[in-house]
Amino acid sequence: METVVAGIKSSFKNIYTGVWDFINLLIARSLRPEELKRSTLTALWFMFLTFPILVIKVNTVDNVINWYWARVVYLGVTVYFVSFFWRYFLEVKEHGIKAALDADPVDTSIADGLTDNGQMGALSARLMANKKFKTALGISLCAFAVAFPFMFSMYQTNIMTNALMYIVLGLGLNIVVGLAGLLDLGYVAFYAVGAYCYALLNLHFGLGFWAVLPIGAVLGATCGLILGFPVLRLRGDYLAIVTLGFGEIIRLVLQNWNEFSHGPSGIANIPRPGFFGIDLSLKSSIIYMYFIMIGLCLLTIFVVNRLQHSRIGRAWVALREDEIACQAMGIDKTKIKLTAFALGATWAGMVGVVFAAKSTFINPESFTFMESAIILMIVVLGGMGTIVGVIIGAFMVILTPEYLRGIGEYRMLIFGATMVIMMVFRPQGIITSVRQKYKIMKDKT
Amino acid sequence: MLKLKNINTFYGKIQALKDVCMEISQGEIITLIGANGAGKTTTLMSISRIIPPRSGDITFMDKSINEMSPDKIVSCGIIQVPEGRRIFPILTVSENLDMGAFLRKDKSGIKKDLEYIFDLFPILAQRRHQPGGNLSGGEQQMLAISRALMARPKLLLLDEPSLGLAPLVVKRIFETIIKINTEHKTTIFLVEQNANLALKTAHRGYVMENGAITLSDTADNLLNNEAVKSAYLGI
Repeated sequence: METVVAGIKSSFKNIYTGVWDFINLLIARSLRPEELKRSTLTALWFMFLTFPILVIKVNTVDNVINWYWARVVYLGVTVYFVSFFWRYFLEVKEHGIKAALDADPVDTSIADGLTDNGQMGALSARLMANKKFKTALGISLCAFAVAFPFMFSMYQTNIMTNALMYIVLGLGLNIVVGLAGLLDLGYVAFYAVGAYCYALLNLHFGLGFWAVLPIGAVLGATCGLILGFPVLRLRGDYLAIVTLGFGEIIRLVLQNWNEFSHGPSGIANIPRPGFFGIDLSLKSSIIYMYFIMIGLCLLTIFVVNRLQHSRIGRAWVALREDEIACQAMGIDKTKIKLTAFALGATWAGMVGVVFAAKSTFINPESFTFMESAIILMIVVLGGMGTIVGVIIGAFMVILTPEYLRGIGEYRMLIFGATMVIMMVFRPQGIITSVRQKYKIMKDKT
Repeated sequence: MLKLKNINTFYGKIQALKDVCMEISQGEIITLIGANGAGKTTTLMSISRIIPPRSGDITFMDKSINEMSPDKIVSCGIIQVPEGRRIFPILTVSENLDMGAFLRKDKSGIKKDLEYIFDLFPILAQRRHQPGGNLSGGEQQMLAISRALMARPKLLLLDEPSLGLAPLVVKRIFETIIKINTEHKTTIFLVEQNANLALKTAHRGYVMENGAITLSDTADNLLNNEAVKSAYLGI
């Protein structure tokens, strides 16, 4: 424990001096002639291109033209700095922080002290290796999760439940896309199947939430198999198109088959899950929903984690890498691909049931392609094939737009910009696949 | 042990194998030599049914394997080491080996075979936790052969094990092939471009041209055959 504390102390000291050196180096970099030239040029270009829409404003009422010169100056300054940092971060990404600041060999002595990045990594690795720290972190996370609905408002609990649902969806899609490498753009179809399964079974047969949850899972898996069969021979783009079509078919059927699904008007008054036969108030049922999702999330994480490290999980990865080698090893291509589709769709079916119970009203509009795209975004952004990555990705993609509501119409703009920046600087996702971490740790031994 | 009778294999409209007949007996090392595009790899793919032949009969240990899927063929004991090694680059060495034992459930047997392989190629034991993609070409070939051995082959189909490797490494690999054959009585069907080396390793050989077998004889006779000498050995 003492070593850890000492480590933290010394790292803090290093970080302090490191930050100071870093600022100095950054200023030195910004004064390099070629940096000045490129940033200025970029800024001028932007000013020139946006001149007509930003500066000239025709006032049709008074028949005069207003010139907003100040705007072009703001834009120029902003673009100047953005382009500087853009290039800086790209260089950091390509060659590491030292090279980016070191290209101009003014003084290397300062750059040598600039290892706070590495030390931070070492510190977090050391902390994670510490068992006490790990259990402490786990316990505090659990405590936070349990206390969450009582600490925050109903609105917060609700969006958190939403995020948890997307975690499960993301982990399900992660099996198909991340592990088996089958690009599935129609994942929302299984989600719809689960939701309609609960709504219809409840409407016609009066079945309750807990009875339908496993049925939804099985039905989801069955639909996964149904989709799986025709697309077994397809890969890549072709697979993506067919799955996209499948997703649309399900939605269109639900929209147009009035006798079956009540069409676009949807199904209302779907009961919330019962708590041992007790009728819950709206508030407590939101909290109940939250805990159901926490449980489902934990179950998913456990199962997916086990699957990932099982022979089947490795067969998925192997099949993604090389189909011929897999066949030569006696792996049944058909069976393995179908299990991936079925096991991925199972979770969507379950979350679909939860979704119907949570919103008490469903119609086909909830299951558009946009939903599939969001789930796929969670997987890709978080890091394909990693569980922690998908969880972080789900929180980012679902919670960020909610918290950005304060800035009104700019929120989707900022959200989109974040996605673009993420993909430029970390195309492999927030968390890189654990397999790649393996080699660095074990190489030393 | 393995009999091929009038095998015809097509890629779409193009016929790659024309009435290929072959026979391999228990414990032999058989080689199939030929130029690029002669149909050597297709022959192996037809046996393992990854590319199923359009007509003809294949029998393995007096049992027809005509209708079987590739995974059933593997469970019969015919294991192919595909051309170009085709190991799984992001799986570690031991995970790669475990993929070889995909159809097996006997844990103790797998463990024993793993020890045998690490004995055969000690370098793989050293690198067992590294991703397969980090290995050198020679090590990858060793891994590919070992992965096939993990499936306990009765008949091992080797496709161009010398491809793109340094002469010393090739020598090592071929020594191991002979070792596997003598120690385990594993029948080996070797497809090679390096005709000289292949014929020196094998007991018998077939020569293939344009999808058809043109010659078959003992390896020594083929080595001294004038046509083979001028066409494949460059003498």
